[in-house]
Amino acid sequence: MAFKVLNPGLLTTVQDLGRPGYFHLGIPMSGAMDRYALRAANLLVGNPEGAAALEAVFMGPQLEFEVDATVAVTGADLPARVDGEPHPAWTAFPVRAGQVLSFDYLRGGARAYIAISGGIDTPPALGSRSTYIIGALGGYHGRALASGDMVPLGSPRAVQHGMEVPAALRRTVERSAELRVLPGLYWRLITEEAGRNFFEDEWKVAPEADRMGYRFRGGRPFTFNPREQPFGAGSNPSNIVDACYPYGSIQVPGGTEPIVLHRDAVSGGGYFTLGAVVSADMDLISQMQPHTAVRFVKVDMEQALAARADEAQRLARLREALAA
Amino acid sequence: MKTRYSYGGDEHIFVEMDEEMSLEAFFKSMSITNAVRAAHIDGITEVCPANGSFQIKFDPDRIAPDRLMSTLQSLEQAAEKADKRLQTRIVEIPVYYRDPWTTETLMRFRERHQDPAGTDLDYAARMNGYDTVEQFIHAHHASPWFVSMVGFVAGLPFLYQLVERERQIQVPKYLRPRTDTPKHTIGHGGCFGCIYSVRGAGGYQMFGITPMPIYDPTQKVSYLREFMVFFRPGDIVKWKPIDREEYDAITADVAANRYEPRIRKVTFDLDAFNADIDGTNQRLMEALHGV
Repeated sequence: MAFKVLNPGLLTTVQDLGRPGYFHLGIPMSGAMDRYALRAANLLVGNPEGAAALEAVFMGPQLEFEVDATVAVTGADLPARVDGEPHPAWTAFPVRAGQVLSFDYLRGGARAYIAISGGIDTPPALGSRSTYIIGALGGYHGRALASGDMVPLGSPRAVQHGMEVPAALRRTVERSAELRVLPGLYWRLITEEAGRNFFEDEWKVAPEADRMGYRFRGGRPFTFNPREQPFGAGSNPSNIVDACYPYGSIQVPGGTEPIVLHRDAVSGGGYFTLGAVVSADMDLISQMQPHTAVRFVKVDMEQALAARADEAQRLARLREALAA
Repeated sequence: MKTRYSYGGDEHIFVEMDEEMSLEAFFKSMSITNAVRAAHIDGITEVCPANGSFQIKFDPDRIAPDRLMSTLQSLEQAAEKADKRLQTRIVEIPVYYRDPWTTETLMRFRERHQDPAGTDLDYAARMNGYDTVEQFIHAHHASPWFVSMVGFVAGLPFLYQLVERERQIQVPKYLRPRTDTPKHTIGHGGCFGCIYSVRGAGGYQMFGITPMPIYDPTQKVSYLREFMVFFRPGDIVKWKPIDREEYDAITADVAANRYEPRIRKVTFDLDAFNADIDGTNQRLMEALHGV
């Protein structure tokens, strides 16, 4: 049971909910950049919500199925076709053995999730099927899909076709967004003015936006409080003694362009971090295209936890809506 | 040393033992992270020690952030009294300095460098007051180094030079990080040396390359069969300079699965080291070479 990759698209990888537990060795959790979309796609096709699916960036793959399967596409607006016949997004549809699943041009967002009944059955590595490309770990031989790959599928559960995610529970993709940030970490290194500017300025997603991190441009450069650089840090005021980086943390190498670290993040390094994007907004980042306008919004821990609770509620409503 | 606690978003607590790097900060961080692991606190999902700091990842649905924060603070006091002795191992790592691959890469990224006219080694030698690159290379491999953190990318060791602070090599990181670094590059940034375990981005100055893999996700390399990552914090490294011929020979041995790195068990005692650095290092060398 498998499907054949006729064309991999731009960058299509196998992802599940990730590989926690090895960050202390520099191996990031990886997993779907948009976890909500992954869970939704899996629930639509009767998979456990953490099953492995495909994450396609900007362009969809072309896949030929060896077996009958149920498929769902969520996340980015990447219209699916089966043998040329269009199928709606956020909805389960059948693909029969011998048919080809392909995609039109991207209409919004950045990452689509393609779940297939039975789930992708590549061998787990350190407890997860997620692909960590830099470490050549997990997924399909530790790399993105390529033409000619035969990707194995697990055994499907019985599913009803035509199940769909209610419109209110689909993430809308916009041209601009707000990201909530809890200041902290090395915040004290920047001047009060730089801190104010960071939240006032409009930033744009730079072309360097991938699974490791998203870079932002367009705001004013950062100024630093005067201090003697501590031993071992390096001479630039944006340098620190190499330390751990939280997921979502915002580092600013050279004090110019903030980078938000994402699921394939480096686990540490020598640039200061000014705080972190709250966990509830991490999925949103993964659907931002380059040039998306972003404002960073300052929150406190209480607001961060409230955002997290809202996100959990949305997920609970999704599970309820798709309960078999 | 002044410990500083901070939240990293709603899922992390970051604890810095000291702004500046020292072995004292490393040992204190290690003691607290050991105590955190031993306490089996519900809701903690990752414990990540770094050079002189550490990070805890937690699930705020299982433990309230402020509650975890105060638990960590209470563990700090006990860590102050912990033993500063470590049962560990010393490993000899072959290094081909001024190799063609890192040289090609550093030329390619010259416009991101402080000194576009020279090489990373020229720059590092000058920054550290050495007249020649040869003298600098000698200072780089003459004394052992201590693995004070594993991370950045899969299995990359950060290395802290075991000499008096005045003699420690320090160099700035690249002005803008490179998008490419050869696999197994020996790098240096701030006071830290490193071995790039995989190919990828990097901001450290590049001095050479080792033929010895330190990360193997397929676990085919003989000495990585048990676990894909070679290094652990607390390991001690001694560089051994090699030439192209030896580099090629070791590469062939690794491919044929007959390469065995030289590894010996040692004890590292921080107080003994501080009391007599040269004597401690000499004992480490004797242990490594079995004299």
